[in-house]
Amino acid sequence: MTNNLNVPSQISKKHSATIRNLHISTFTHLHIYILVQKEPNMKQYTFTEKKDTRSGFGLGLLDIGRNNPDVVALCADLTGSLNMTDFKKEFPDRFFQVGIAEANMMGIAAGLTIGGKIPYTGTFANFSTGRVYDQIRQSIAYSEKNVKICASHAGITLGEDGATHQMLEDIGMMRMLPNMTVIVPCDHNQTKAATIAVSKHTGPVYLRFGRPKVPNFTDPDAPFEIGKAILLSEGSDLTIFATGHMVWEALEAGKNLYQQGIHAEIINIHTIKPLDEKTILQSVAKTRCAVSAEEHQVNGGLGDTISQLLARNHPAPMELVAVNDRFGESGKPAELMKKYGLSATDIVQAALRVISRK
Amino acid sequence: MKNDLNRLKDIATQVRRDVLRMVHAAQSGHPGGPLGCADLFTALYFEVMHHEPDPFNIDGVGEDLFFLSNGHLSAGWYSVLARSGYFSINELATFRNIDSRLQGHPATEEGLPGVRVASGSLGQGLSVACGAALTKKLNRDNHLVYCLMGDGEQQEGQIWEAAMFAAGRKIDNIIAIVDYNGQQIDGAVDDVMPLGDLAQKWRAFGWKVLEMNGNIMEDVLKVLQTAKDACGQKQPVAIMMHTEMGYGVDFMMGTHEWHGKPPNDEQFERAIANFKETLGDY
Repeated sequence: MTNNLNVPSQISKKHSATIRNLHISTFTHLHIYILVQKEPNMKQYTFTEKKDTRSGFGLGLLDIGRNNPDVVALCADLTGSLNMTDFKKEFPDRFFQVGIAEANMMGIAAGLTIGGKIPYTGTFANFSTGRVYDQIRQSIAYSEKNVKICASHAGITLGEDGATHQMLEDIGMMRMLPNMTVIVPCDHNQTKAATIAVSKHTGPVYLRFGRPKVPNFTDPDAPFEIGKAILLSEGSDLTIFATGHMVWEALEAGKNLYQQGIHAEIINIHTIKPLDEKTILQSVAKTRCAVSAEEHQVNGGLGDTISQLLARNHPAPMELVAVNDRFGESGKPAELMKKYGLSATDIVQAALRVISRK
Repeated sequence: MKNDLNRLKDIATQVRRDVLRMVHAAQSGHPGGPLGCADLFTALYFEVMHHEPDPFNIDGVGEDLFFLSNGHLSAGWYSVLARSGYFSINELATFRNIDSRLQGHPATEEGLPGVRVASGSLGQGLSVACGAALTKKLNRDNHLVYCLMGDGEQQEGQIWEAAMFAAGRKIDNIIAIVDYNGQQIDGAVDDVMPLGDLAQKWRAFGWKVLEMNGNIMEDVLKVLQTAKDACGQKQPVAIMMHTEMGYGVDFMMGTHEWHGKPPNDEQFERAIANFKETLGDY
């Protein structure tokens, strides 16, 4: 894939998909040219360094710890991996090491809220969800407890540790629980902002982030608004809804599509629940087709969530870029993303497929 | 003492009446456990705990807290909550009905005063109690946290995670109570999954362990006081509370049969005759 973005927009007039989408196939070339000129140039995103989202969590936790004395943190023997070391050092009385006992950690967190504390639990995504589903369900979600479940090493990009640790079902499990808010930030800066933002939300939250270093491209000062999707790039031919690490892949795919004359609208769905239904429906009303992209099983995640919304409100062709109902394996994150169909190239192919179905 | 002994015994008798009437009316529920624990519930809510029923504050700052880990004992807990002023005793008539705040297992969602966390799926209450005890320490609130568990529930692994944590972190403002009646749904605990020397297990996990006869009010009061006195000494306290499932009803005792089964009309009449209407039925 080329990174050359200086593609003149006129090139789009030759692209039949664009023409068809705009319902201007009977127009003259002059008309087409004018309309295409109105298409926005694809907004460009740059980054100076790659950073892991988990370190954004660590910074956010420290920040909110300094600003809110009610914030406490718990960890199940993964303090360093979760980047909770600085919080532990600065607030030893507000940090609870529970050992390798995640079920107990979730119960303790629920109990800590009784009397006004705001507990943040930290462990890997598989130990944060599947291992402790019933504890979360009964003691936290059903009991409406103000616990922030912070899950690192989510998805296939955990890499070499393999499928036992590659949690790909967590978004589905967590979003099925009534009362639960589900947040998947896309980069280091956004993870920090989300970590701070969830302290101001009363109620259980699942905050998912990861291990690998990924482009850190969002504005460090951008406010994080739970439930408010972020329009990254305007377009009219299709909408790409992406979450977590796949947001950057979606931007890369958008550049590639742009060079083919296809204008993708790209939206960062950092909050899967509550879903920003209005933004999604407005976009699909314009583009009339959608691609979802997530580092998660095809069942239960972002794609499922948006499919249901569209089926109920605005049926439109949709393609889902996700792991296709199978477990992962050991490997390097980039190799796994490619093998399991989670690369920018996969999003481009899904985009071409979905446009052809319009 | 706030109450004389006979008064407490009368309340426990009425709680047992309430339990039978609630489970019979709903034709579902668990009569055996709450009949066995009526003395403990009464002692805690009418004598031992400092608590403020109305208005109920879920944070419970400045109060002793109680957690019912074995949530299926809900009928007994609801009775004592109502009788101590958390809500109207007339609401006991809605137990397990649709649109009721008195769910089959305790829950917070309907806003029933007195309940601070849902329970029913076993093994979770002691962890929650540990968290609440930690918050009391952070808040410099020197009140205590009580947690009741079943003996069958001791088969859940999470109990022992919490037991290890409480001792390891020297949580000395918590009193865990095991309802040691020797029965669970499928039969005698020793047949379903033997607990071995349960008191010794708790001691080995680092707890101070007391024994109590949960069906003698005098002993309940005495041992709870001993437990309170043992708090604040860098060690959590556990009470092995020996009870009889179905206590007070001859045909419900000595068997697991009445763990989770309501009496029919004839059985109900025989059972209720064992308990005088001491405070007035709801």
